[in-house]
Amino acid sequence: MYAQMIKSEETYEDPKKLMAFQARIDDGDRIEPKDWMPKGYRKTLIRQIGQHAHSEIVGQLPEGNWITRAPSLERKAILLAKVQDEAGHGLYLYCAAETLGVSRDELTEMLLNGQMKYSSIFSYPALTWADMGVIGWLIDGAAILNQVPLQRTSYGPYARAMVRICKEESFHQRQGFDIMIKMVNGTAEQKHMAQDALNRLWYPSLMMFGPPDAESVHSEQSMRWKIKINSNDELRQKFVNQTVPQAEYLGLSIPDINLNWNERKQSYDFSQPDWSEFFDVLEGNGPASVDRIEARQAAWEDGAWVREARIAHAEKKNMAILAAE
Amino acid sequence: MGDNTLVLGQRLSEWCGHGPAPEEDIALANIALDLIGQTRLWLDLAGNREGLGRDSDMLAYHRNPWDFKNLLLVEQPNRDFGVTMMRQFLFDTWHLETLRILSHHTDKDVRGIAQKSSKEVTYHRARSTNIVIALGDGTEKSQLRMQSALNRLYPYVGEMFMTDKDDLIDMAALRPRFDAHLSATLNKATLTKPESEFYHKGGKTGTQHSEHLSHILATMQSLPRSYPEAKW
Ligand SMILES: [Fe+2]
Ligand SMILES: [Fe+2]
Repeated sequence: MYAQMIKSEETYEDPKKLMAFQARIDDGDRIEPKDWMPKGYRKTLIRQIGQHAHSEIVGQLPEGNWITRAPSLERKAILLAKVQDEAGHGLYLYCAAETLGVSRDELTEMLLNGQMKYSSIFSYPALTWADMGVIGWLIDGAAILNQVPLQRTSYGPYARAMVRICKEESFHQRQGFDIMIKMVNGTAEQKHMAQDALNRLWYPSLMMFGPPDAESVHSEQSMRWKIKINSNDELRQKFVNQTVPQAEYLGLSIPDINLNWNERKQSYDFSQPDWSEFFDVLEGNGPASVDRIEARQAAWEDGAWVREARIAHAEKKNMAILAAE
Repeated sequence: MGDNTLVLGQRLSEWCGHGPAPEEDIALANIALDLIGQTRLWLDLAGNREGLGRDSDMLAYHRNPWDFKNLLLVEQPNRDFGVTMMRQFLFDTWHLETLRILSHHTDKDVRGIAQKSSKEVTYHRARSTNIVIALGDGTEKSQLRMQSALNRLYPYVGEMFMTDKDDLIDMAALRPRFDAHLSATLNKATLTKPESEFYHKGGKTGTQHSEHLSHILATMQSLPRSYPEAKW
């Protein structure tokens, strides 16, 4: 999902080197930061890992918005810990991107000036406490489907970051589902909140896997490089298949009149999301897009004096140590 | 103790996703998490001793502003990162000294919570002390910000050392150790303690909170108060 619209970059390279590189990938070798790699591989990875990192960081905002209103001290603690995990995911991923020769500050500036994107899902608002349930259940659930295969991606630092991240995501998903169980077994208002959150977030969740394969022209190169492992439609189908029984268990209805079990393909048929809405969101026209970027911009600008002061202080300390030697 | 950790934990969680760097977001969330954990221990104990069947959630979510006995310092707004960290530093320094004494209290439950908490708070104080030093000593701009943060918050320090009928210990006795850590830190941070020792009071007695507390509680208590039947 964090690679929803990643175009793989093809550039001219020495064909011999390219072939040897592809052979390593086909053999299941891991590419490490010091190894030779095609410029296009490097550029595509920087974009993909960078956008994944930004998604974790921007993803703190919809849930962060509910920490101060969590309805019990235990829920508050769980949500704090979760949002803290997401910031940690952002950090692992920025570190992985930095091994490719780009700094975190450069990546942040590209997010803020619109050159880089973040997952479309975080451009939707989190309106009730049930959204905390649906975010964990569906969004972390979709993240897991996307990320588990990436543990086998060809770039070593990215694959290793994924291993750490996946462990925490499954925890988040269970916590989200637990919130949903409480909501659907609660008062009429709680049930209303649960169904309403599913109605609003169902199609945006399906969008997390990116546009249909037929329109996703750049996937092929990324799949050859093992930067992308499964196709968008394949993962989306898997997501629907695993989510429908969970919704049934919760007694919630998925807002899709075309949703039906297809005996022949042993899978659910379902409606596609409105792809024009998806492209609007990617253009920065999601319902909360401007709020998200404004919040990150403010954090970046308001924090500048703190980052500068910490560097200045660290330098003074180093000077003092050098002078003492 | 539980009201202090609750209100400050609530304040710190407002930072989530808005800090100067992800490392700071993580650290602030971590401290908030410790404080909320301590809140549950203190307020469960308080409810237990009260004997009316109220637990920490009842005490956190279903009391009115005048029932809260937190220090005025912790309800002060975050303003910028400098004010937040200065508030944290002043609170941590007081908190740690208080927990040190409570760790030897005759009541076994009080002693237990204080001992557990002081491990966490030792780390909180070390961290906020380092940040106050780094930001005070950093650049000209950051020094100005930290000095104004100190000037803004110093009038809330005196209340921390007032003793009233609800206190388990003599608060004034903590002041010398607090002052020693304060002046050592300010010295390294190239900051100056304000001359006036005037201070505001009314938070820990609940007689006159600042205007900020009712806003904090309105936000925090909104769900349980709007849907009293609901379980979450
Ligand atoms: Fe994450
Ligand atoms: Fe997550």
